[in-house]
Amino acid sequence: MRVLRLALWRLAASLPTLLLILVGMFLLLQLAPGDTVDALMAQMGGGDARMAEEMRRFYGLDLGIAARLGQYLMRLVTLDLGFSAIYGKPVATVILERLPPTLLLMAASLSFAFFFGLLFGVVAARRVNKWPDTLISMLGLVFYATPSFWFGLMAIVLFSVYLQWLPAGGFGDITQNYTGFAAMLDIARHLVLPTLTLGLIFLAIYLRIMRASMLEVLSLDFVRTARAKGLSETRVVAKHVLRNAMLPMVTLIGLQAGTMLGGSVVVESVFALPGLGRLAYESVVQRDLNTLLGIVFVSALLVIAINFVVDILYARLDPRISAES
Amino acid sequence: MNGPSRRETFLLGAAALIPASAVAQEAPRRGGVLTVHFSTEQRILNPSLQASTGVYIVGGKIQEALVDLDAEGRPAPALAESWESAPDGKTHVFRLRRGVTWHDGKPFTSADVQFTAMEMWKKILNYGTTMQHFLTEVQTPDPHTAIFKYERPMPQGLLLRGLPDLGYVSPKHIFETGDIRQNPANTAPIGTGPFKFVEYERGQHIIAERNPNYWRNGMPYLDRVVWRVVTDRAAAAAQMEAGQLLFSPYSALSIADMQRLGRDPRFESTTRGNEGNVRNNTLEFNFRNPVLADIRVRKAIAHAINVPFFIENFLGPFAKPGTGPIPSVSTDYYPGANMPQYGYDLALANRLLDEAGHRRGAGGVRFNLRLNPAPWGEDIQLWSTFIQQSLGQAGIRVEIVRLDAAGFLRSVYNDWNFDLATGWHQYRSDPAVSTTVWYRSGSPRGAPWTNQWGWQDERIDGIIDNAATEVDPVKRKALYADFVRAVQTELPLWMPIEQIFVSVFNRRIRNAGNNPRWASSTWHDTWLAS
Repeated sequence: MRVLRLALWRLAASLPTLLLILVGMFLLLQLAPGDTVDALMAQMGGGDARMAEEMRRFYGLDLGIAARLGQYLMRLVTLDLGFSAIYGKPVATVILERLPPTLLLMAASLSFAFFFGLLFGVVAARRVNKWPDTLISMLGLVFYATPSFWFGLMAIVLFSVYLQWLPAGGFGDITQNYTGFAAMLDIARHLVLPTLTLGLIFLAIYLRIMRASMLEVLSLDFVRTARAKGLSETRVVAKHVLRNAMLPMVTLIGLQAGTMLGGSVVVESVFALPGLGRLAYESVVQRDLNTLLGIVFVSALLVIAINFVVDILYARLDPRISAES
Repeated sequence: MNGPSRRETFLLGAAALIPASAVAQEAPRRGGVLTVHFSTEQRILNPSLQASTGVYIVGGKIQEALVDLDAEGRPAPALAESWESAPDGKTHVFRLRRGVTWHDGKPFTSADVQFTAMEMWKKILNYGTTMQHFLTEVQTPDPHTAIFKYERPMPQGLLLRGLPDLGYVSPKHIFETGDIRQNPANTAPIGTGPFKFVEYERGQHIIAERNPNYWRNGMPYLDRVVWRVVTDRAAAAAQMEAGQLLFSPYSALSIADMQRLGRDPRFESTTRGNEGNVRNNTLEFNFRNPVLADIRVRKAIAHAINVPFFIENFLGPFAKPGTGPIPSVSTDYYPGANMPQYGYDLALANRLLDEAGHRRGAGGVRFNLRLNPAPWGEDIQLWSTFIQQSLGQAGIRVEIVRLDAAGFLRSVYNDWNFDLATGWHQYRSDPAVSTTVWYRSGSPRGAPWTNQWGWQDERIDGIIDNAATEVDPVKRKALYADFVRAVQTELPLWMPIEQIFVSVFNRRIRNAGNNPRWASSTWHDTWLAS
């Protein structure tokens, strides 16, 4: 009950931010030259001016900016995200269709990055300044410095074109009709390369953070105490150090969930995945205001939710931080 | 039944003599899934409402036009079996094919043609609204005859050349109620074509399956066509190599990849089958800038750019120098290359600029210009950089203003906020469809790819108007030659490069590229070798 009350409070507190983001986004897109009818014209390869005028009326662009913004906000109050110009469907439906691949990719690469970042970070910290540490730090630097589209393309060239182990892109094999477990396996196969590609950069960050945080905690008094009690080194690390060293990692996850939602445009494009990032990009290019604002709205809600979960995790990891404060 | 049949014996013997692909044409294989690269998602898939290659690549398999093009590029029967025109060009009679049904089982009749022509081609379809502007009515004396009546003479050549692109028929019984634009059949099309629409997953794929009741008996050969949405060029090339895509249409891969795959024996990179989709790289001048209103400056700019060098080093074998707004593949109207041309001559360019009074100032700069390149096509980006470098040699400093599609169209064709612009002129079978609008004055502000240059020439306007209604093909061709000569002399814009779109085929696809608008065509005779 207390958690629920807290959740509601958090949501209410973030409403002004949400409103600010939406209005800002709306106004920002007005600054971009051209509207969705111009984008449609570009796609069609031309059309006459009479038709363009009719299309503007059809998309409700003949009204002033203030009127349209007002209309949008009014509809938002009733949780109506409006109609998508490019998809010809309600925005909510469009986003709902795109959410599963995005969440799947995000969850998979975050878990991958978190798990291996943790592992490598611990190994590097325990062998600090020895060869495993140097090797891991170097790898981290390489992963961090390489652009993800390059990683993605090279992974495709190696695993799809030459070795033919994994599919080069898409969210499923559409030439086959898989159902049930086979379909799940098919999706998993398609997600291996994108997950690795997206995860590697975050892996690099996590392992650096984990290493630094481990080194810091290892030098604290209670660790010395634990060692003095005669605990084995493994037990010291697993029971005492790890838990404390994980706090910065958890913070980072909360911060990066948002980045991952939007930051996967490149990976989604390279692997032809139908995710939110590409949808957002497409709606900017096509000046599809409703869809873009809808994505911003949903992403903002997701980030708020994830940060809330992270806060609760804090309290679990370190009882000194209570959820109330 | 014992031993090889006579046919097989023949094939075995022939295989030694002729290439494998020619042998395979002997016996089409049934079945298989053709996977197609779909690089830009469309809002709708109905070619009766939107004329663009991105729609034809899908909708052109599901819906059919009255008229198609044959292997030589001549108008050929499709939903119309035959046609005849009155000598005055105001009446055109189409006899429709019998026994054709829509995918939902309803019969195809002249009422569908009437409805589509009057409500879609004349009112909504881009370029259709212009072509059918003087269409007054479509009479339907019986279910298999449609008589098109025009207020002004409509040249039969223009109508028949236009219809393969602008003559797709939609079912009246689906579209007659409600707003046509919002009809769900626009994204789940119902047609008469060889493939039936199955599903469209936005951002992922479109699927269509074999229509068992197709009017061409025994066709199509393919079981399914699947269009996969792949927006990244490099990723699409990788998917071609991995066999996930079998066909990439309309130059959707990078120039380097198209050339690389062309050298791979598994693929073919070719302009074959795209002869109907020609484009020119343009250089558009804004006459509101007094510097550019001077013809000596426009000529100097053209003379300062080494087009053959650019083509050889950047575009490769898929492009050639252009000779004017009517491209060389237009067999009916190409007036030849003996029109005024502007070859590379830097000394002449400098002299012309000096004469125009633009002396070199500090740093050798005569004046500054802004160049807006259209964001579609790798070639345009390369071309704009090349223009910048070339004009720098002549003392013109060019600043490139990069915008996305909506921004480009808005700033060039509506806000007139540019000095130079460059993009594509697409030639659509007849100069009256989408070519002369680049030169004819009086286009409303904001209409993209029309004369928005602040330039007007009454004589040229007259030639354009006369040619559009000239019924005699010989006189029409002569008028278009006059037109090209006049615009190449005045140079309100310049079309120095001619390119045909490139298709990349996996060689398993048979009968690929066997008509001049193949990627847009029905694919009823396409099949996949094992």
